[in-house]
Amino acid sequence: MADIASLQSEILATVAGAADEAALEAVRVATLGKKGSVSALLATMGSLSPDERKFQGPKFNGLRDAVTEAITARKVRLADAALDARLASETLDVTLPSRFENSGTVHPISQVLEEVVAIFAELGFGVAEGPDVEFDDYNFTRLNIPPDHPARQMQDTFYVAAQADGDSHVLRTHTSPVQVRTMLNAKPPIRVISPGRTYRVDSDATHSPMFHQVEALVVDEGIHLGHLKWTVEQFCKAFFEIDQIELRARPSFFPFTEPSLEWDMRCDRRTPGKITFGTGNDWLELGGSGMVHRKVLENCGIDPTKYQGFAFGFGLDRMAMLKYGMPDIRSFFESDLRWLKHYGFQPLDIPTLDGGLSR
Amino acid sequence: MKFTLSWLKEHLDTDADAAKIGEKLTSIGLEVESITDPGAALKNFVVGEVITADRHPNADKLRLCTVSDGKDTLQIVCGAPNARAGIKVVLARPGTVIPASGDVLKLGNIRGVESRGMMCSARELLLGEDHDGIIELKAGAMVGAPVAAALEEAGLLANDPLFDVSITPNRGDAASVFGIARDLAASGLGTLKAEKIQPVAGKFPSSKKITLDFTPENKNACPIFAGRLIRGVKNGPAPQWVQDRLKSVGMKSISALVDATNLISQDRGRPLHVFDADKLSGNLHARMAIDHERVLALDEKTYVLDPDTIVIADDSFARGIAGVMGGMDTGSFGDTVNVFIESAWFDPAHIARTGRKQAIISDARYRFERGVDPQFVLPGLELCTQYILEWCGGEASNVVIAGELPPPHKPIPFDPAFVQKLGGITVPQGEIKRILEALGFVVDSNWLVVPPSWRHDVDGPADLVEEVVRIHGLQGVTSVPLPRTSGVAAPVLSKAQRRTRTARRALAARGFNETVSFSFISRDQAKLFGGGDDARQLSNPIASDLDALRPSVLPSLLAAASRNAARGSANLQLFEIGAAFDSGVPGEQKNVAAAIRAGTGERHWQKSDVASGLFAAKTDLLAALEAITGAPMSAPITQGGPGWYHPGRSGTITMGPKVIAQFGEIHPKVLAAFDLKGPAAGFEIFLDAIPDAKSKGKAKPLFLPSPYQAIERDFAFVVDAKLAASEIVKAVKLADRNLIDGVTVFDVYEGKGVPDGKKSVAVAVRIQPKDATLTEAEIDALAQKIVAATIKLGATLRA
Repeated sequence: MADIASLQSEILATVAGAADEAALEAVRVATLGKKGSVSALLATMGSLSPDERKFQGPKFNGLRDAVTEAITARKVRLADAALDARLASETLDVTLPSRFENSGTVHPISQVLEEVVAIFAELGFGVAEGPDVEFDDYNFTRLNIPPDHPARQMQDTFYVAAQADGDSHVLRTHTSPVQVRTMLNAKPPIRVISPGRTYRVDSDATHSPMFHQVEALVVDEGIHLGHLKWTVEQFCKAFFEIDQIELRARPSFFPFTEPSLEWDMRCDRRTPGKITFGTGNDWLELGGSGMVHRKVLENCGIDPTKYQGFAFGFGLDRMAMLKYGMPDIRSFFESDLRWLKHYGFQPLDIPTLDGGLSR
Repeated sequence: MKFTLSWLKEHLDTDADAAKIGEKLTSIGLEVESITDPGAALKNFVVGEVITADRHPNADKLRLCTVSDGKDTLQIVCGAPNARAGIKVVLARPGTVIPASGDVLKLGNIRGVESRGMMCSARELLLGEDHDGIIELKAGAMVGAPVAAALEEAGLLANDPLFDVSITPNRGDAASVFGIARDLAASGLGTLKAEKIQPVAGKFPSSKKITLDFTPENKNACPIFAGRLIRGVKNGPAPQWVQDRLKSVGMKSISALVDATNLISQDRGRPLHVFDADKLSGNLHARMAIDHERVLALDEKTYVLDPDTIVIADDSFARGIAGVMGGMDTGSFGDTVNVFIESAWFDPAHIARTGRKQAIISDARYRFERGVDPQFVLPGLELCTQYILEWCGGEASNVVIAGELPPPHKPIPFDPAFVQKLGGITVPQGEIKRILEALGFVVDSNWLVVPPSWRHDVDGPADLVEEVVRIHGLQGVTSVPLPRTSGVAAPVLSKAQRRTRTARRALAARGFNETVSFSFISRDQAKLFGGGDDARQLSNPIASDLDALRPSVLPSLLAAASRNAARGSANLQLFEIGAAFDSGVPGEQKNVAAAIRAGTGERHWQKSDVASGLFAAKTDLLAALEAITGAPMSAPITQGGPGWYHPGRSGTITMGPKVIAQFGEIHPKVLAAFDLKGPAAGFEIFLDAIPDAKSKGKAKPLFLPSPYQAIERDFAFVVDAKLAASEIVKAVKLADRNLIDGVTVFDVYEGKGVPDGKKSVAVAVRIQPKDATLTEAEIDALAQKIVAATIKLGATLRA
């Protein structure tokens, strides 16, 4: 039956030539449809003798299967081609800019404060806060700075206008009044840090009328200078994220501590604009400290015969400048968008001790 | 406090060099600000001797010399005309930095001949302008020695290091060269030369008498006042060494009489005053000033005094502000013949107050307010007498004294073990005693310790520990760990502190840049935000436009936006978390998180929403509040906000009785006041007003999803154009609280097809069956309830 073979190749050629789904459907109707050529052939099976049927049957069925398969395959092909054409027409220029979204940042002061809090929290220090406008009594007198003490000149104080009740208050010159408030309201043992804005009438290349301090206060039985030294060392190592540091203590004077000392850290500043800690022949001032003055403890309702304490404080802005290399404190408060984006921190860079304080 | 090494050595016998002394000063609490050592830059130069000086084989004007540096003989080519055999020179060898050029000297080759060094001119060493030839040192200079001493001998270098030491306010005793020497001696750096000052016998009785005219309540203002006349002096320039000494520390030499007091002030910390006795009418009196009494002081300014000021007066007038500044009319000048020396002790608090009130900065005030040594009132007077007699001639009267020396300091019972207990440092008892005694304390066998008369800052055992620790050395303190308070560190932040942190990170994550601004702004700006009243003014602002406590954080942000716009960044998102002040009273301030969006937004090739409009700000605000409270914001939002917002485009969120936030577009007048051209919108979150969430334990409620499918139905209502959309949403929700899960406004329309004064508001209602799938009839019934619920709002279903 050369007819069947040639019929098959003829049909398959038509299927292959169908240019779209409509043409393909026409081929299907013409072959496998009720009146189609293949259907017609299959219809002749009934009139064949059993022997012929046995011989021709598989060939007829083979023809039908081949045509069915070819049409199905062609159909998929045509659908793919149509989709490809549509997708090609939908091409976009991926190099066009995406929708603008500003990159937000966290101010270095906030970031560094969170670093400091993370370190001190690990050592069991709480975080105490207080008002920016402060009573003269808390800012000075209870801290053993009586009205005519020359130490008041160390701190050029902003005064707030007289209030209706005749009182005049100050913008706090340090965060020490928060320590006063803490001691008045809590019984030892006390471990707190007090961060916040502080103010002094001072404005030049290295001073800003507003700046930030953090002070640490420990009051307990048996606290001495050795504990202070350990705490300063631990803090500096953790904060600057270096293993090797060398600290130097210098005797100093603060009315609220006795003995009083200031801390310096060994560093190398030979390259202008760069500081390396732990080596070199320069000393960098970190901040003041001391054992809380007996009179301050008394003024804050704590028995100085039973308890001793230490306090130390440093400038947050300064710490940020040292660690992250910002040259000018004044630029911290100028809100220059370029500066904020340059020195600011990514929102999800949250300082942790397990992940590291900084990148 | 300035002094030179040679001056210090007048009182301290020591071999230590400037660097070592500087280190020690800082380590005992006398912080060295600077040491200016003119010889330091020359420490690598040595004295050389020219052995031979011949003509250079290839150059007529050059000489080929051999120069000894004491060890080797170097071949050096030199162009100086005075280079000749036998002279002693300043020799720089290769590797030395030449001060004038800052260059490192290299091995040279000049016209074919190797040169292994340089002989220097004065100009090359920055010691003068002379460059005509090389320096010729004195013949006796030791070859090979550092040049500093030889240059000094040659009169080219004042080789005397200058110290500048910062004196803490408690250490009035260290405001003198002698006092500094005493501290250094105690620290083991040398021996104090303590020569007793011999009194000068009076030749005649003083015709001037002294009285202390104080009321009992003022009598501590000046417990002792001594003086004496010297007649027949000739006031001229002080001896050269005195002039040099004063100049070496930056003080002016004025005349012998004045220089004598200035020298003693700097050297001994004892301020004195020398009156021209002939200009005084009658006797001298220390008393409180009469109110509005005037004094023409030596700075040629007239000061108006108050009764809290101590004055030195004669029988007619106040003649000087005691302890602060002398008077012009009675001062000593070139024609002065008879003088009266004043030496007194004044109460530091009085001097401090007067100095501060009158804004006078003087050496006398500096010392008196820190406390001078009362026991030195008379020795100081004697020393001044000696100087005047020696420098100006004349003869001295006997000493007149009013009042008496204050009693010695009270003894402090001291337990030497306290050094360890407070200082954390082990110092042997013998050493504790030695240190205290070297500093002038008297220690008896029972450890009763009497501070010396010159120390006014020591009144308890802790002060004694400080003395021991600072002299012994703080490096002896060993670190001791603080005991741990809990195994795993416990959380420390308060809920309010956590809210602040969350607000910060949430806003930054939404694209806002955090700023930190001054807490004070200009009064005009403050007035725009409900502030600017007298109670929130600073008495002494740093600048006239930073004189008001800010009543809101927004003005700081708007000012920042304005400055950034001027720099070309008009589109921005800024936020700040900080204080806004309700008054000038401590505690009356709020912790506010404020943010603004300013500008029309970055241009983009696809169209976008209004960048700085009401709804941009509202979206930010609700996202921040959700982050802060931990749940979607459900508190009611009402129309309108404070006056700095657009009256029709602002809103307020309240929780219970408290306003927790307000937001809106910034009022155009406020924008104009900040010179902002573009639009701006923002919000303020009052972090302290947000109530703490009630703690329900750590476990979250059980997750119970409905097994029945939720369906959504849309309704469009025609309502009065002024009706708040939230009213419709609320009414629909209340139609069936059990079934209605959510109501969202998805379209608002005014215009054609909707009557004037009305608007169409379309809402999507999400219905969540709980017990069974709803039948069509049940859904229809619910729709009827929804329509019925809105009828009271005057709503009709849009056809």
